[in-house]
Amino acid sequence: MLHYTLNRLLLMIPTLFGVAVLVFFMLRVVPGDVVEVKLRGDGGAVSQEMIDMERKRLGLDKPLLNQFADWMVGLATLDLGKSMWTDRPVSEEIGTRLELSLQVAIMATIIAVLIAIPLGTTAALLRDTWVDYLVRIITIGGLSIPSFWFGMLIMLGLLYFSGWLPPITFTPIYVDPVANLTQLIWPALAVGYRYCAVTARMIRSSLLEVLSEDYIRTARAKGVFERLVVSRHALRNALLPAITVIGLEFTFLIGGLVVTEQVFNLNGIGKLFVQSVSRNDFTLIQGMVMLIAVFYVFTNLVIDLLYALFDPRIRYG
Amino acid sequence: MTMASSTLPATLPAPRRRSAIVDFTWQQPLGAVSFVIIFAMMFAGIFSAWVAPYNPFDIDFASILAPPSPEHWFGTDAYGRDIFSRIIYGSRTALVIGFTSSLVGSTLGAILGVASAYFGGRIDDWIQRVMDVLLAFPIIVLALVVVAAVRSAVFFGIDVNLIIAIAIPILPRVERVVRAAALSVRVMPYVDAARAAGYSNARIIFRHMTPNVVAPYLIMLTAFIAQAILAEASLSFLGLGVTEPTPAWGLMLSGNAADFFDKAPWMILFPGIAISLAVFAFNLFGDSLRDYLDPRFKV
Repeated sequence: MLHYTLNRLLLMIPTLFGVAVLVFFMLRVVPGDVVEVKLRGDGGAVSQEMIDMERKRLGLDKPLLNQFADWMVGLATLDLGKSMWTDRPVSEEIGTRLELSLQVAIMATIIAVLIAIPLGTTAALLRDTWVDYLVRIITIGGLSIPSFWFGMLIMLGLLYFSGWLPPITFTPIYVDPVANLTQLIWPALAVGYRYCAVTARMIRSSLLEVLSEDYIRTARAKGVFERLVVSRHALRNALLPAITVIGLEFTFLIGGLVVTEQVFNLNGIGKLFVQSVSRNDFTLIQGMVMLIAVFYVFTNLVIDLLYALFDPRIRYG
Repeated sequence: MTMASSTLPATLPAPRRRSAIVDFTWQQPLGAVSFVIIFAMMFAGIFSAWVAPYNPFDIDFASILAPPSPEHWFGTDAYGRDIFSRIIYGSRTALVIGFTSSLVGSTLGAILGVASAYFGGRIDDWIQRVMDVLLAFPIIVLALVVVAAVRSAVFFGIDVNLIIAIAIPILPRVERVVRAAALSVRVMPYVDAARAAGYSNARIIFRHMTPNVVAPYLIMLTAFIAQAILAEASLSFLGLGVTEPTPAWGLMLSGNAADFFDKAPWMILFPGIAISLAVFAFNLFGDSLRDYLDPRFKV
C-alpha cells in the first residue's frame, strides 16, 4: 500500500510537468500578452518603448526556454511568481480567494450527496416507473441547465418572493456564520444541482447493477427483509463507483464556479481565473492551472486509496 | 425495453423489419421527443430569416425593455431588440459552434483512440500521458486557457478560436472511451479469426474494428454537442466567446441583462430556457441513442 502510494506520487510528476509545458507554451505561441492589454487597453497611444520596457520588467523579452526554466525553478521551490497585472505574488492572489470558493464547493458537495443518495436509490428501486422517469428528467435537467443561469433564477426568485438579495461582501464563517451562510448557500445550490444530478445517475445505475448480483438473490432467498437487502447488501456496494464520481466532480466544481461566481459577484478563484484570462495575466493563469491540476491528481489518488479501503478485494501491491 | 428484449425466449417470431427511425421512436420515446426539439432548433437555425419576426440587429429605441406582448413575444432588450428573434438567430450560433466543435473533438479523439489501442506499447503510453494531462481540467477551464492562448480568430463569420477552445477539452474524453471500446474489440475472437485468416492489419482495423467503435463514437458525438453548447454559452456569458452584436444565448444573459435584473426578468428567462432546452435535448438524445445502439455501453 505504501509502495503503491509512493509510486503514484512519483507518477504525478510527469503529468504535472506535462500540464506545465502545455499551459506555458500554449499561452505564448500566439502573439499578445499582458502588456498589450494593460497599456493599450484604454485605447490610448502608447509608445513601443514603453511596451518594451514593461516587457523587459516582466521578463517577457527573454527567450521562451529561459522563461520556462525560470518558472520551473520557481515551481520546484513552490514559488508561483508574481501576477503580471497586479505585481502581487500569485500565491497571495489565490490564497485570499481560496477560502470562499472552497467553502462553496464543500457546501455544494454536501447538499448534492445528501440529495443524490435517496434520489438515485429511489429511481433504481422503482425502475421504469413514473418515479424513475421523473428522476431521469430531473437529473438530465441538472446536466442541461447552466449553473450560472440557475444561479440567476435563484436570485430572481429571491428578489420576487422576498424582495431580498444575498449580501455581496464575504464574511468568513467563523466571524458570522449567519451572514456567511446566507451569502454562500445560493451559489452552492446553483453549482450543486449539476453535481447532484451526476451523482444520482451514477448511484442509480450502479445500484441496478448490484441488485442483479447473485448475493442479492441469495439474501432475498434467505428471507432477509427487502429494506435490509437494499441498505446492507446493495447500497453499500453501489456507493463505491459513486465515490469516483463524487471525487471527480468535486474538482470539476471549479468549472462551475468559474462562471457562477460572476453571477453572484463573489470574489473567489473562479472570478480570478476569468479576470486573469481576460487580462492575459500569464503567471496567474499558470499558477491557477497548476493548482487545479495538482488538486485533480491528488483527488484521483485519494479515490483509488478509498477504493482499497472500502473494497477488501482491491489490494494494491 | 432494450434490456427486456435481450432476455426474451428465442422462440418468438422473427421481428418484422422496421425502419430504424420507427424502431428508435418505439423503443426510445423520450429520444424521439428530444429529436423533435433538435429538429425544431435546426429548422429555426437554418431558416432564421423566415422564422424570426424581426431583424435581430434592429435597434428600436421606442420599445426599450418592453415586456412580452403580442408584438414582442419574449419582450425586448436594453436596445429594443426583439428577444424572440435573437433567440431564433442564436440557435444558429449554438448549433454551428456546438456541432462543429463536438465533431472536431470527437473525430480527432476517436482517431487517436483507435490508433492508441491498435498500436499499443510505447505509442499508446505516450498518447495516454498526453490525454491524462488534458483530462486534468474541467472543460470550461481548459477552454478558457485555450481562449487565452488563441484569442479571437474569426473566419467567414465563424469563431474558429471558440471551436478550437471547445474541441480540445472534448478530445481526450472521447479518446478514452473509444480506446477502451477498441481495446475490447481487439481481443474479440472474430478479430483473432480475421488475423488467422490472413487479413491485413488495415483490413482488420477498418472492416472488423472500426464498425464496432462507431456506436460509442456517435454517442459521444451527440452527448458532447450538449457539452459544447453549454461551454459556448458559458464562454459567451463571460465575455470571452461570441461577441456583440452577434445573437448568442450566453451573450444575451451577460452584460446588461444583469443590470436590468429586476426591471426586465424576461431578458434572463428566455435565453436561459433556450440554452437549457437545447442542451437537454442533446443530452436526452445521446442517452437514448446509447440505450438504442448498445445497452451494454455506458458513458
